[in-house]
Amino acid sequence: MKNKFESKKPESRSRWKNFPIKSDKDLVEIRAYGRKLAREIGFNSNDQTLIATALSEVCRNIIEYAGTGKIIIETAQGSSRGISITAHDHGPGIKDIEKALEEGFSTGRGMGIGLPGCRRIMDQFQINSQAGKGTVVSMHKWVDKNGY
Amino acid sequence: MRVPILQQGGYLIASVQSSLSDEELLQLRDDLVARVSTVRARGVVIDVTVLDVMDSFATRILRDIAQMIKLRGAPTVVVGIQPEVALAMVQLGLSLGNLETALDLEEGLTLLGEHTKAD
Amino acid sequence: MAKNNETKSKAENKEDEAKYPNIPGQPPDESTATLLRELVAHLRQKRSELREEWANRIQEAELLTAMTKEEILAEATSVYDNYVEALETGTYEALQSYARNLSERIIPRGVETHEVIGIVLLLRDVLARSLFAKYRDNFSKLNRILDAYEPAANRIANTVSVGFVQERERVIREQQEAIRELSTPVLQVRERLLILPIIGIIDSKRAQQLTEQLLQGIRKNRAKVVVIDITGVAAMDEKVANHIVQTVDAARLLGAGVIVTGLSTEIAQTLVTIGVDLTKIITVGDLQGGIEEAERKLGYQVQQVDPTKS
Ligand SMILES: Nc1ncnc2c1ncn2[C@@H]1O[C@H](COP(=O)(O)OP(=O)(O)OP(=O)(O)O)[C@@H](O)[C@H]1O
Ligand SMILES: [Mg+2]
Repeated sequence: MKNKFESKKPESRSRWKNFPIKSDKDLVEIRAYGRKLAREIGFNSNDQTLIATALSEVCRNIIEYAGTGKIIIETAQGSSRGISITAHDHGPGIKDIEKALEEGFSTGRGMGIGLPGCRRIMDQFQINSQAGKGTVVSMHKWVDKNGY
Repeated sequence: MRVPILQQGGYLIASVQSSLSDEELLQLRDDLVARVSTVRARGVVIDVTVLDVMDSFATRILRDIAQMIKLRGAPTVVVGIQPEVALAMVQLGLSLGNLETALDLEEGLTLLGEHTKAD
Repeated sequence: MAKNNETKSKAENKEDEAKYPNIPGQPPDESTATLLRELVAHLRQKRSELREEWANRIQEAELLTAMTKEEILAEATSVYDNYVEALETGTYEALQSYARNLSERIIPRGVETHEVIGIVLLLRDVLARSLFAKYRDNFSKLNRILDAYEPAANRIANTVSVGFVQERERVIREQQEAIRELSTPVLQVRERLLILPIIGIIDSKRAQQLTEQLLQGIRKNRAKVVVIDITGVAAMDEKVANHIVQTVDAARLLGAGVIVTGLSTEIAQTLVTIGVDLTKIITVGDLQGGIEEAERKLGYQVQQVDPTKS
């Protein structure tokens, strides 16, 4: 699977951090960093909480379904201010992405809220996944767009 | 750190102290369920004022806790959810189901008092 | 500005020439940069005379009437120096930030866009006249100087007026936001009971603000019941309706019950048709009924509080 972000990242402007994910212990730090970066970019406190929550969800999915992976958090590229989050893993992959995005669908013990919820609270949301190879969830949120 | 559980009157009060790890939350569940039975508590208040994120896992475990405590005959009230956290929860699509909520500890205890009276 | 007055090396001159490319048909020995330097020297020499004339012309034209003569002269001096510096260096950052700063100061005093554009054009005119006086005996040189001057002067005029307009828009936006906040009050009618009357058109931004204000209001007033009255809402689409549903859920997470009043049957029907789930929301016909229902809820709770408890 191609790592889109690393290959096209311009050196100069974006600030970013790569978090290896191994266990639920990593959640606290990654949420705190996401919140801090979001605040520095100019998100209001509601949006900071949404971003921290979305991070929590993708991080949990990595731990639950793939065991390990990594999450990259960075300031968005392009002219508008925003944040980009990419969650990578080499786990089992998602067979039916449509299905995984349905509210209430879960192959685990969950409520099937994580992915559809993230799609709702972020401005852009995309899943690339291949069965047996892994999953990449990338999502963006802009400061000036009003999310519902 | 283990979440401390206080006993006040017939009620148990669990005040989450700082951002909670999964293990600590599961520990809290087991501790509460055990204590409710041993002290025959009339109700439980879980204070989450300090939590700045409630994700699907935390929500699910809180619901589980309430369910298990209900089976032992006591109601649970979650108190102190911050406005931003509440907004994020509903926007994500998370719900606490039938779990009762109150503004803070004082309100939570009042609510439990009403229940006990009504029973 | 001192850094720009240093004599430039050959290499730097080359750079300048790249910034001001030769206009075809000019003698090759006299670059635009050279001309501009000559021009700048002239403007520096005539500094006090020209800016005074400019200030006078501003008053004659009845521009910046909100300001005193001394203020105009002081600003004219700063603008003049920044103007000359921009001509000299070909960079506009300093001028741009000065223009923003100036705008910030004069907008609250009621200075209008046309006045700012007017004074910049006047300065352009004053300077062009002075150049005309200096070079009137050497017509071809005058033409070349003006050719070098015009594009730079236009850019400067543009920079200043765009800076002003942007600043003005920002101020207007801020004022609109303040008005918006005022127009969505959360009212406390009695202890623990809040009313949120929503009036007018709700866009997503306003819906967001309403929710935030309500949730903060619940905390601040320790409200147990909230009546959201939407009688005055002009139109409601799916987004807004869903937002209200979310607000109700969020309020509930803080421990407050919500009653929605003023939802017409037509709107309710439409909402159900497009799939908005209204079943979890308590609706009461009108505001009065809503308040009564809320008081019943509060009264019921008051009666239930057991004085012997705890
Ligand atoms: N990184 C991943 N690798 C493999 N499968 C995944 C991954 N993330 C999600 N899935 C699949 O998508 C389904 C839906 O995910 P989602 O996060 O929406 O719900 P959930 O994790 O099951 O429950 P919840 O998030 O509410 O606790 C999961 O049950 C799982 O089958
Ligand atoms: Mg999940």
